[in-house]
Amino acid sequence: MSVIAFLIQTLRIATPYLFAASGGVLSERSGIIALTLEGWMLTGAFCAALGSFYSGSPWVGLLCGAGGGVLVAALHALASIRYRADQVVVGIAINLLAVGATRFFLRLAFDSSSNSPRVPGFDWFSAEGGASQQSASVFVSLANPLVVIGLISLPLVWWILNRTPFGLRLRAAGEKPEAVASVGVSVARVRWLAVLLAGVFAGLGGTYLALEQHQFTDSMTAGRGFIALAAVIFGNWEPRRVAVACLLFAAAETFQIRLQGLQLIPSQFVEMIPYLLTIVAVAGIVGRTRQPSALGRVAD
Amino acid sequence: MRKLFTVLGVLVALHLILLLVEPAGASKVATGEGVDVGIVFDVGGRGDKSFNDGAFIGAERAQRELGARVRFIEPGEGSDREAGLRLLAAEGMDLVIGVGFIFTDDLALLAREYPNVKFAGVDYAVALDSAGNAIQPPSNLVALKFREEQGSFLVGALAALVGKSKKLGFVGGMDIPLIHKFEAGYRAGATAVCPDCTVIAQYAGATPEAFKNPGRGQELALSQYQQGVNVIFHASGSTGLGVFEAARRQRRLAIGVDADQYSEAPGYILTSMVKGVDQAVYGAIEDVRAQRFEGGIRQLGLAEEGVNFIDDANNRSLIPDSVRTRIEALRQDIIAGKIVVPATR
Repeated sequence: MSVIAFLIQTLRIATPYLFAASGGVLSERSGIIALTLEGWMLTGAFCAALGSFYSGSPWVGLLCGAGGGVLVAALHALASIRYRADQVVVGIAINLLAVGATRFFLRLAFDSSSNSPRVPGFDWFSAEGGASQQSASVFVSLANPLVVIGLISLPLVWWILNRTPFGLRLRAAGEKPEAVASVGVSVARVRWLAVLLAGVFAGLGGTYLALEQHQFTDSMTAGRGFIALAAVIFGNWEPRRVAVACLLFAAAETFQIRLQGLQLIPSQFVEMIPYLLTIVAVAGIVGRTRQPSALGRVAD
Repeated sequence: MRKLFTVLGVLVALHLILLLVEPAGASKVATGEGVDVGIVFDVGGRGDKSFNDGAFIGAERAQRELGARVRFIEPGEGSDREAGLRLLAAEGMDLVIGVGFIFTDDLALLAREYPNVKFAGVDYAVALDSAGNAIQPPSNLVALKFREEQGSFLVGALAALVGKSKKLGFVGGMDIPLIHKFEAGYRAGATAVCPDCTVIAQYAGATPEAFKNPGRGQELALSQYQQGVNVIFHASGSTGLGVFEAARRQRRLAIGVDADQYSEAPGYILTSMVKGVDQAVYGAIEDVRAQRFEGGIRQLGLAEEGVNFIDDANNRSLIPDSVRTRIEALRQDIIAGKIVVPATR
């Protein structure tokens, strides 16, 4: 039983990573650095809470969350594709903007700088159904549509990248934009689409956090966007490996939660595992990693 | 580029002028009525339903009852906290209050720079010298500190008596000594009434983000409830909102912190361990008005009603009368010094 509980908890923790990493792969493979995953998620979480609160339906919240991600992604695309700004600078600026803007609107909408009121989420098996039993909580977790979408998001990204004409252009835009341009396809348009789609995925990651918590709280993503980015790099920008990386990081976190009571390993150490692994990966110790060659490079 | 430098230069010049201007009211003496008070909030600002709001309530009361004129400054992220304090001090406020331990160094610095202005630091972190003795703050600065471990002791005893389980839960935010204080008091309180009880204590992380991670809080709480814990005490900022969500899901109990958090999950909040930030702020303003302000370290514990736990119409039904009597007896023992609550684990 405890093995199942462990797996379920890993899955719950992995869901926001899977979403955000899907966005990260799409954006980075098209050549745009996905440093803003954190900001996209946070905005998505806020918009999801807002939508769910005012409509009373988590599905509307889901749409709003995706929309919120797209909104910030569009800003990112505008600055780095249309105006060719330095992508790292834009990324940092947008992350800061997302923290401030969500807090500002939180204040405006709910008169609190800390958290929103309770919003409806996906609880098809509510507490009244006896969620206190462990077996029930297994199904409660899997009954959340966002967990299911999260699980298929990276396979979906793999399919888009490797089985569709758009995916081919997207990869080319990230590797050799000149080649894309030479056959008459607009690199800018391909990248725009990739970044907006990435915004949808990252926004859904934030949506999961907000609806699972039934409220938005200030800076609630707490660095998950960066862990997802670490997973993208650790997974060598390859959806299947990225999925494994997300699950690995989530499992490490679950492991830490379960172990902490025993005080065997200092929590600080477990907390640095994702970043440590990423450095190890980038240093080429576990196989070779290669980033998209045109990553961060201004096209045209 | 040149334009940029011009703008930058003008801004720097303006800034310097503002700093050098001799403030009009700098040498003003408190007249005994209508004190001028400046308050700088911690990050999060008003509306945090906790610390800052507590300070705001206290200041509002002083405004109403003491005729104090209060000015508030809410710094954003980053380093303009000191600027906020400095602005208020330079304007010749009678009392400048910094809300949060983050102001510690800035307050100590400014108190030396403006000896005629009085300062108060809520949760001021008193440093220790090499011999382990507290370094006294300047004489025009009062450090308002709370004995969180005493309040935590009472809720720990309460959790053990109400929880009907030998296991109790604790979720901390960032893994730092300030939060260990809550854990130590809670653990001592639980074992005082139930010697064979164990406390499962977990922390959300090792960075300040651990105070703002409700997703992690929820997972920690769920795993504790699954291990047979019935009551969890959190000292973790908004991470604790995730603990409440888990309590709601598992239909168990949680204990709030700093402010009365009953409304965050009605029916699932056993009580909240509250800090009397409002009372501390009001008291400091009152002292200045009555010209009996004294610098130094002020420890606000159970005796001073600086810490307490909520026991009102909302949660009365959750606490049996026999338990209440027992807890009150413990409170008296602590006030009388018969029980000394540890502040470190």
